[in-house]
Amino acid sequence: MSASRLTLKNIDIRLHGRRLLQLDTAIEPGATLTVMGPSGIGKSSLLAYIAGFLAPEFEASGEIYLNDRSLNGLPAERRQVGLLFQDPLLFPHLSVAQNLSFALPGHVRDRRAQVEQALRAVGLEGFGHRDPATLSGGQKARVALQRLLLSQPKAVLLDEPFSRLDAHLRQEVRQHVFQTLKDAGLPTILVTHDAEDAAASGGPVVELG
Amino acid sequence: MLRVAPWFMFGLLVLPVVAGLATIVLPAFGYLPALQHTEPGLAVWVDLLDTPGIGRSAMLSFAAGLLTPLLSLALVMLFLASASGTRWAHAMRRLVAPLLAVPHAAAAFGLAFLMAPSGFALRLISPELSGWQRPPDLLILNDPLGLSMMLGMVLKEIPFLLLMALAALPQLNPDQRVAMARTLGYRPILAWFWTVAPALYPMLRLPLFAVIAFASATVDVALILGPTLPPPLSVRIIGWFSDPDLNQRLLASAAALMQLAITLSAIGLWIAAEKVVARLYRRVLLSGVRNTGHTLLNIAGKGLMVLTLGALLLSLVLLIVHAFAGPWRFPANLPGTWTTQHWLSVGPVLLTPLRNTMLLALGSTLLAVVLVIAALEHESRQARAPARLLWAIYLPLLVPQVVFLYGLTLLLEQLRWLPGLVMVCFAHCLFVVPYVYLSLAEPYRRLDPRWQQLSATLGVSANRSLWRIKLPMLMAPIATAGAVGLAVSIGQYLATLLTGAGRVSTLTTEAVALASGGTRGTIAVWALLQAAIPMLGFALAIAWPRFWWRHRRDMRGQLT
Repeated sequence: MSASRLTLKNIDIRLHGRRLLQLDTAIEPGATLTVMGPSGIGKSSLLAYIAGFLAPEFEASGEIYLNDRSLNGLPAERRQVGLLFQDPLLFPHLSVAQNLSFALPGHVRDRRAQVEQALRAVGLEGFGHRDPATLSGGQKARVALQRLLLSQPKAVLLDEPFSRLDAHLRQEVRQHVFQTLKDAGLPTILVTHDAEDAAASGGPVVELG
Repeated sequence: MLRVAPWFMFGLLVLPVVAGLATIVLPAFGYLPALQHTEPGLAVWVDLLDTPGIGRSAMLSFAAGLLTPLLSLALVMLFLASASGTRWAHAMRRLVAPLLAVPHAAAAFGLAFLMAPSGFALRLISPELSGWQRPPDLLILNDPLGLSMMLGMVLKEIPFLLLMALAALPQLNPDQRVAMARTLGYRPILAWFWTVAPALYPMLRLPLFAVIAFASATVDVALILGPTLPPPLSVRIIGWFSDPDLNQRLLASAAALMQLAITLSAIGLWIAAEKVVARLYRRVLLSGVRNTGHTLLNIAGKGLMVLTLGALLLSLVLLIVHAFAGPWRFPANLPGTWTTQHWLSVGPVLLTPLRNTMLLALGSTLLAVVLVIAALEHESRQARAPARLLWAIYLPLLVPQVVFLYGLTLLLEQLRWLPGLVMVCFAHCLFVVPYVYLSLAEPYRRLDPRWQQLSATLGVSANRSLWRIKLPMLMAPIATAGAVGLAVSIGQYLATLLTGAGRVSTLTTEAVALASGGTRGTIAVWALLQAAIPMLGFALAIAWPRFWWRHRRDMRGQLT
């Protein structure tokens, strides 16, 4: 995986003419930018804009680059930007292994081995055939992260992915996610209203609102 | 490909209706060159108005068009109010879909077996209570006022309106509204009537207009339960249309226009009445009535629900009993002997109608499901809701069938298009597509948009995630929509009869044809088959996703 840099140039998002946020920054490979602010401030719409599915009622402008490649105008599936939602959102109709395999790009050959490897890396060996509904909250979070990595993203967006976890799990999952993304050398944007998340990310923090 | 789906659907549903309506206008004014009528004038209308009993036929249609929806709506509201937040609501939800699956004709025959002078209801009270040793000489069925015909339709429209209401209710948060009003001292049923009903009613308007259109122009129910001397206008239209004297088609065309006017004025009167009722309703609501009549409404609501849904269920059971009944003398509650003779007599002639029924049902449902999914998927990718389309989808349900189908048939004849299965299949689609759309649109739009977004961030194309994520996750509602489609197609009488030029026989056309002159045993066999196949469809639609997702807990959770 070649290292890439995520650049946001003059991002400006408005709703019904009212400005929600402005941002102009760059995130180095393996670094995490934390965007903080109260809910309703448009943090999630920033992620939706970068990922490529901002709802049409928003007006947004600004350039998004992965290295020198502009993402503007590309459909979401061609942007190579991964996203972790608040919920792990494991597809309920697929097994754990199928969830992972679904994320692998079509050209990957040894799919089964890659899936096995991804499960082993998070201590979930042998869980492939399981119904995702039978996994614990922490296990689901780890599978969701592995699924994201298997899709070979060039940048990652985190939409308060730890807020729904129990307190004792949050710490552990948070460490795991940040470490993994750092090791993978992925530029990451974390959106949160939890100051501990920001501190754990170890990167710069932007306050909105 | 997806982009054309809504337009194709629009064309499929709107063009035939408009073309059908346009075609009857000229013949209604005496212009039908194919039959050498080339001098337009009002002569046809003079003939029509001179026809004996025409005024009564028209009144029957008008009255049925208003009383059927009024009674159905009153009962449905009463049920919902008294059942809200209780276990009754759950039972109702369970019963609604299978009851809706029963075709009108089968329900009408079952009701006939229940209510006829020699029917089950009078057998139960004879001779002990009534003293009757032989069937009384009463005109209960086919009564001149059309009451049994309306009752037959009410029984079938109740499940329809219930289903529409149950689909609309969750967005209104009824429990919260009722709880709020109860804290203000209102008893639950009145709380429901004052806080939920006014919000629910606007969502039932289109379905109610569809009920008016159906009830004011029914043919199959009228042939089975309706008055005969004279019958409602719709039946007379079909009579003139199938008259060997082709010149009667002028009369049929004028009558069809008259039918359209009757249905439209029934809808118009309904809309006018809405305003008056709304004003009265508000006055009573604001008067602070919070206690009065609660017990009465409670008993009436639950009692009438048991009575009507029970009558419908009992009618179905009676179809089974009659299909296997040997000789059955009058006051006996059950047949003396049982026999398979009716089945054996129907057996040899069953194959063609059964095959046609299945081909039409599967063909029209498949086309409808594909089209509706394509239209909904297009809509979801546009991320905008096309509310304008809804009227187009409802159009074939809002214009009386007998009017535009008759016109359409006339047009197809003039174009010399050969009637046959394909034509009938398209005609079925006019009704299958709207119902499949109504059934699938809600669940499709409710699917969490994050699944699609998630797939996209994993680099998966919209098409692939449609096949791999959305459609599998929507398997249960798609299966239900399919079952609805099958049921609608199997129940079609007029569309089959007219566009098939009477040459495409189905279970429904065979059953209705027996209404005059068939023996009860054979009628029961046909009606039972007609009812059984849609119910089997619903059973499959419920069982299949449960079986398929037996190892996926969160998928089973969505099935209720």
